[in-house]
Amino acid sequence: MVEPIRAIPARHPTRWIGTAVVVAFAVLFLIGVSTSKNFQWGVVGRYFTTTAILQGLLRTLELTVIAMAIGIVLGIVLAVMRLSPVPVVSGAAWVYIWFFRGTPVLVQLLFWYNIASLTGPHPALGIPFTHIVFFHVDANALITPFAAAIFGLGLNEAAYMAEIVRAGILSVDEGQTEAAHSLGMTRLKTMRLIVLPQAMRVIVPPTGNETISMLKTSALASDITLLELLGTARVIYSRTFETIPLLIVASIWYLIVTSILTGGQFYVERYFARGASREQPPTPLQRLRALFTRNLTTFHAPPPPPPLGGDHR
Amino acid sequence: MNDGTPMVKAEGVHKSFGRLHVLQGIDMEVAPRDVVVIIGPSGSGKSTFLRCINHLEKIDGGRLSVDGELVGYEQKGDKLHELHDKDVARKRAEIGMVFQRFNLFPHMTALENVMVGPIAVRGESKAAVRERALKLLDRVGLSVKADSYPAQLSGGQQQRVAIARALAMQPKLMLFDEPTSALDPELVGEVLDVMRELAREGMTMIVVTHEIGFAREVGDALVFMDEGVILEAGNPREVVTNPQNERCRQFLSKVL
Repeated sequence: MVEPIRAIPARHPTRWIGTAVVVAFAVLFLIGVSTSKNFQWGVVGRYFTTTAILQGLLRTLELTVIAMAIGIVLGIVLAVMRLSPVPVVSGAAWVYIWFFRGTPVLVQLLFWYNIASLTGPHPALGIPFTHIVFFHVDANALITPFAAAIFGLGLNEAAYMAEIVRAGILSVDEGQTEAAHSLGMTRLKTMRLIVLPQAMRVIVPPTGNETISMLKTSALASDITLLELLGTARVIYSRTFETIPLLIVASIWYLIVTSILTGGQFYVERYFARGASREQPPTPLQRLRALFTRNLTTFHAPPPPPPLGGDHR
Repeated sequence: MNDGTPMVKAEGVHKSFGRLHVLQGIDMEVAPRDVVVIIGPSGSGKSTFLRCINHLEKIDGGRLSVDGELVGYEQKGDKLHELHDKDVARKRAEIGMVFQRFNLFPHMTALENVMVGPIAVRGESKAAVRERALKLLDRVGLSVKADSYPAQLSGGQQQRVAIARALAMQPKLMLFDEPTSALDPELVGEVLDVMRELAREGMTMIVVTHEIGFAREVGDALVFMDEGVILEAGNPREVVTNPQNERCRQFLSKVL
């Protein structure tokens, strides 16, 4: 057993001053927020779980999930297209990304919402300059505010996801592709079995950010009359003039969902990091348990040797 | 198989990268069960030639065939047709390759690395492949590491898994691209042992390496390449002890 070092720890007075200042401000802020009448916490509590707000929340979640699903699937397709050796295919992906990244998403939402004035009320698919029509649709029935929001958010997201996926694919070492090819895998199998699973490590963290970002960007849909979370809050406060409390209601819900998503992202990242490092970081639960058991039983025991300590590295 | 068809036959093979003329007319014949060792200074084109054999690089001129079939092309009448991705892949499956940097798939365990080829490429049943893969890992002395990920293995262990992975496809030819160059000196031996054993069992092998001792002991032929041409080829012991070519003599005096 090694004799532990006994020494008086170094003093850090500036750290204590910094801590005191931060705590003081935090206390002042909390007192202000909780006692000010302008916040109307009673109103917040009254609306927090009303059916209208919860329905709005559900709409927001639907919008986030569907738009992200479209974004991810279309994004992967666009990323693979951009890496295609066929110039027209990679060029098409490039133009798509250029267009959808180059215009504000609010403008895109408004475009989709007003699509009927662009296509006429009955857009049809057929062969131009002939009378051949395969089918036509009723634009106003097809493009509801919800559909417009899905199209607007999803197609815009695909452009960003495409760049994230492409960065992930490019991050995988060339040798991986060569090894897969030398085993006799085709290009498609190599992409699916070897490259994409490794690219996920690079793709997942920014995708988590995009999902959280999407949750909040979906609030823009309230501008095209969709009653999602913020839209519902706006409708209510335009009637009751309880503006601040309803904005707080919406904010708290956004924060709650964001917190849940952040937790989920940790576990997804952990899954795709397998094999990347020799040891996985512990989950919060494992960390808690380790803290607990160490305090109870093994506080004085030396740390266990690394699992592969005897190896050549 | 052994009807006199060489396993590998190269006739005047040329390859350029842009303006860099890497291979300037390579002629070589490798008979089945032979072990050919290629040596030469870096940049001499030896790795490039190896990569041409399984079409990781496309040749620009000459003829290159494996087991009597052209690499990357098909002869129909007097015309040469480029092969499709799928057919190139099918031919590659019969040629094992071991890389300098191992290139194991880091998201799979050692066992999964060995199993993925036969399952994904040949569609063999998981159970049968698993049994064979475990045997192969045992053969390279790593059955205890079956469930380890590559990052948990030493360089020598990774390279042995890589050899097992290539063998799982039951190839008729094995290509080794400087398999021990990225290893710590103390780990080189364990990889060479596996290769020696493989040669003894009659596997046809082309090995690019700096391990002259291995060439002398295991090789049926030793080839010295420099600046894209073969300068000397022959019995390894004779070439090593009494090189005819001046540059070959200089090279050997430095590496021995």
